[in-house]
Formats: sequence, C-alpha cells, structure tokens
Amino acid sequence: MHAERRWAAVILLAFAGLALVPLAAPRDDTLNLLFLILLSVTLAQSWNIIAGYAGQVNLGHAAFFGLGALVTRTLWIGGTPVLVAMAAGAGAAVAFALAIGAAAFRLRGAYFAIGTLALGEILRITTGNVLAEISTLPAAAIAGYRLTLRYYLALVLAALAVAVVAALATSRLGLGITALREDEDAAEASGVNALRLKLTALVTSTTLAGLAGGLFAYYHISYYPQHPFSPHWTFDALLVTYIGGVGTLHGPVLGAVFYVFLKEYLATRWVDLHLLIFGALFIGGGLLLPGGLVEAGGRLRRLLRSTLRR
Amino acid sequence: MIILSQQLVLGFMIGGLYGLAAVGLSLIFGVLKVLNVAHGELIMLGGYGAYWLFALLGFDPFASLLLVVPLSLLLGLGLYCALFGFVVRTDEETRIKNSLLIGFGLALALHALAVKLWTADERGITTSYAGSVLIVGHLAIPLVRLASLAVAFALIAALHLLLTRWRWGRAIRATADDWQAALLTGIDVRRAYLLAFALGTGLAGAAGTLVSVGYSISPSIGLEWTLKALIVVVLAGLGSMFGTFVGGLFLGLAEAASAAVFGGPYREVVGLVIIFAVLVARPQGLFGAR
Repeated sequence: MHAERRWAAVILLAFAGLALVPLAAPRDDTLNLLFLILLSVTLAQSWNIIAGYAGQVNLGHAAFFGLGALVTRTLWIGGTPVLVAMAAGAGAAVAFALAIGAAAFRLRGAYFAIGTLALGEILRITTGNVLAEISTLPAAAIAGYRLTLRYYLALVLAALAVAVVAALATSRLGLGITALREDEDAAEASGVNALRLKLTALVTSTTLAGLAGGLFAYYHISYYPQHPFSPHWTFDALLVTYIGGVGTLHGPVLGAVFYVFLKEYLATRWVDLHLLIFGALFIGGGLLLPGGLVEAGGRLRRLLRSTLRR
Repeated sequence: MIILSQQLVLGFMIGGLYGLAAVGLSLIFGVLKVLNVAHGELIMLGGYGAYWLFALLGFDPFASLLLVVPLSLLLGLGLYCALFGFVVRTDEETRIKNSLLIGFGLALALHALAVKLWTADERGITTSYAGSVLIVGHLAIPLVRLASLAVAFALIAALHLLLTRWRWGRAIRATADDWQAALLTGIDVRRAYLLAFALGTGLAGAAGTLVSVGYSISPSIGLEWTLKALIVVVLAGLGSMFGTFVGGLFLGLAEAASAAVFGGPYREVVGLVIIFAVLVARPQGLFGAR
C-alpha cells in the first residue's frame, strides 16, 4: 500500500521535472520521443487497471482508444474545443464499455480475452469500411500546430493516469477489484459484487484509454481513421505493462520508457531487423523476467548474493 | 440465387481451412491452456515452406505436405523445448500472461523474418492444374480448393484417430481433461504437452500449405489467421476435433452468406459478431462439453 504512494510521489515528481523540458528549447524529435513515452504510459496504465488490477485480460483495448480518437478528431476538426472533444471521446469509449461490459464479463479467462479481441476487430473493420479516407488536419490547423501544447497535454494525461491507478490501488474499491483477480468466487462469497466492480474497473480503464485516443487524434496530422483501432495498440499496452510489471504502479511507467526508447533506437539502428530483435527481446523477457522489470532489481540482488557467497 | 450458392460453395471450401487452422490451435489451447497468438505465423511459415519447395525444387504442393508437416512437427518440438515448455510450468494466470508475451514476441520475430526471406509481396503457388474447375449444374468448383478441403478433412480424421487410438493420444486427452488426475495415473504430462504442441504446429504447417495453393500468403497474414482460428475455437468449443472442423465450415458459410448480403467488406465483421454472440450465449461453445 505505502509502496504505491511512494512510487506515485516519485513518478509525479519526475513528471514535474519533465514539465521543464520545453523551456530548454529542445529539438522536436526529443519532444516527440517524450510525447510517445507519455502516451504509452497513459495507455499502458489504462490497460493495467483492467488487466493488472482486475485480472481481466482485455484484448480489445484498441477499440476504446480508437473510439476516443474517432470522436475527438471528428468534433475537434468540426470546431469543438479540443478538451471538450476529448471529454466526448472518453464518453464514447465509456458508453461502449457499458454497452458491452455486462455481456463480455460473462466470459472468464482466455475466453474474455478472445471475446474482447473480436469486439475490437469488429470496430476496426467497420471503421475501415465506413471511413476509408485518410483524415488530415485542415491547412489552418497545420499552420498553427504547436508540439509543446501536445506535449503538456500528454504530460497531464500521464500524470492523471498514474494518480488514478495510485488512488485505485490504495482504496477500498481497489482492494475489492484485486480480490476479484485473486479468486472471483471467494471474493463474491465475502460480499464483493463482482460485476459492479469489474464494470467500475472497465469504466475507469476505458476513460483513460478514450482520453489517450483523443490525445492521439490531437497529435497526429494525418492518419487513417482505422489506425487507432488496430490491435497493435492493445498489444503495445499489453507489452509495455507486462515488460514493466503488471498490476504495479511503477511497472507500466518503467515499461513505457524501456519500450519506446528501445523501439525507436532499434528502428533507426537496425531498420529491417528491428522487429526481429524486438520480438526476441519479448520472448527473452517472458522467459527470464516473468514478473517484469519491477522484479529485475530483486532478481539481480539475489543473483549477486548467491554468486558472492560461492 | 446462383451467385449466392456459388459464394456458399466457395465459403464452404475456405471454411475447411479455417477448421484445420483452428484444430491445431484448439489442441494447444485445450491441452496446454496456453493461448498461442503466433499460430497464424506458424501457418504463414508452413505456406512459405510449400512455396519454397514449389518454386525452388518444383515439388507439387500436395506432395510437399509430406515434407512440410514433419518439418512443422519438428519446429513445434523446438518451439516447445525452447519457449513454451517454460510457460507451462507456471500457474494458470501467469501462463496466459507469459504465453501472450512470448506469442507476440514470436509473431513479431517470425513476421520480420518472413519479410526478410520472402519480401512482403503476396505469393501463391500456381500449379499446372490451378485453373481446373468442376462444373456441377450452374456451379463452378475449383478443383484445387476442393482437394484442399478433402485433405483438411483427412488430416482431422487422422488426428481424431491419433487422439482416440494411440496410447499417447489418449494421454493427451486425459491431460486436457484434468492434468492433475492424469499425473496421478502415471501419465507423463510434460510429454503430453510436448506432443500436443508439436501436433498443433504440424497442423498449422499443413493449413499453411493448403492456403498457399488455393489462396495466397504474405508475411502479414498471421494475425488474420490467428483470429479466424480463435473464432472457430471459441465457436466450436474445446474437446471435439470434428466439432472444430464443423465450426470452421460454419464460419466459412456465414462469411460467404454475409458477403452476399451485406457486401464483401463486411464478411469478417459478421463472423466476429457471431462469435461474440455465441460466446455470450454459450460460453462453452456450440459443441463444447462442460
């Protein structure tokens, strides 16, 4: 419990430091890289709530990210202020979550994963069919494009995501949700309303995912409306969370830093082989660090101690 | 009407391949309780194996099954020993998590490898008899696809025999039912896992070969086939190989019917909607026993 509060303080302090970065007039690529990390933190934390804390491996997470992006983009280009548009995007994601939640939560374990994957794909293909044209910002918006603004928004969202997860992890509600993850039947028997708590976790998770989608729509100059619905967003969130440490507060943050840096570095260093190396790293991570990076320190210490003793 | 029935005939034939793809995944998922999200990439590799045998050595794709399937079995053995064998040692929750991590990693790596080896172009095997069709009334049935359907069915029948007659086949089924009880009766559960994984990979190789003959392959078909296979597995439920095959045929027909009614772009959506509806109504699948 207290560990989570301490980590929240450390991370938010680091974010406060990041708020000073634009003052140093950095190059655009530095800011873009930091933006991608922060977006990744938000998306991974949102997935972490449902998969890590509530234990429901949601493979349709991209649907909520995509809906947030779609609604935000449409409203924002139509003239709505971006923050209002983002709120509406998050609202759309939550509405979808509530519409499918009760049905989806009838499924357990791997079946929940497959069912949500199917839902995500339904939205992706339908969006691709209905809106086949690429979405590009109007010329006036491109001329007035300011990266710093996007950067600060990403920073605020990431901080919000961390704060929400920290609050959840240390609350009574969070206890109930993690009890579900450990043993749903036992939790129900001791008075936890499973469906209500799962829906609460899903709504919290999808609000953040919808907001992250809105940020994506605000950030990108042009993209296919189908793109944010791509299962790759789900996989990104999943990989970041698992690599960092699922069900912990600092895991997804560490994971996002590691993942985005590595991806960008490998992509520039080994252009055509980077996915191969990337894939191999996940496999290695899954085998050697099943608990994620958050466990790396403890493992290293144990390893050192056992070698020193010899 | 003729167009619809023609569509349905074609849907039935691709459905056989959906079934074959799903049987391999179902076997792995049912026995190891591991979701191998790289199953589609294994299908893709099988397809390229047949493509290479055809393009470099001039092997007939149906004959090359005799080579691709054993090679895929070996690949399955290797993958199990190197990767998935470590995953099954953990408890069930960690198992899903780690299999997803390793599966995605494997999918990424195999995809990148295939682009490197065979470029990102779509490829298919065009044999001398590729264009032959069987005319039945007003319907044209492509012979290659019909043969693929027959091979798919034969492979599933063979798998059924293996699982019911062979000593280790029965051990695999016992492990799928209840691994602890199987362990108590003296079954080497680890070996049953290994065999099930290898068989599943072998079937993926066979499915890939058939896909490369009647249809086309590219490095990025993996996810699509994983999805199809997952849909069928869920649709049919675990435990019955013939049930899974029928589930595949059903998905093929449903997609064809929806393509005829709602237009081509929505053929996949309908399959996905069906699956979600089936899942919610019958979480154990249409033919699943529980």
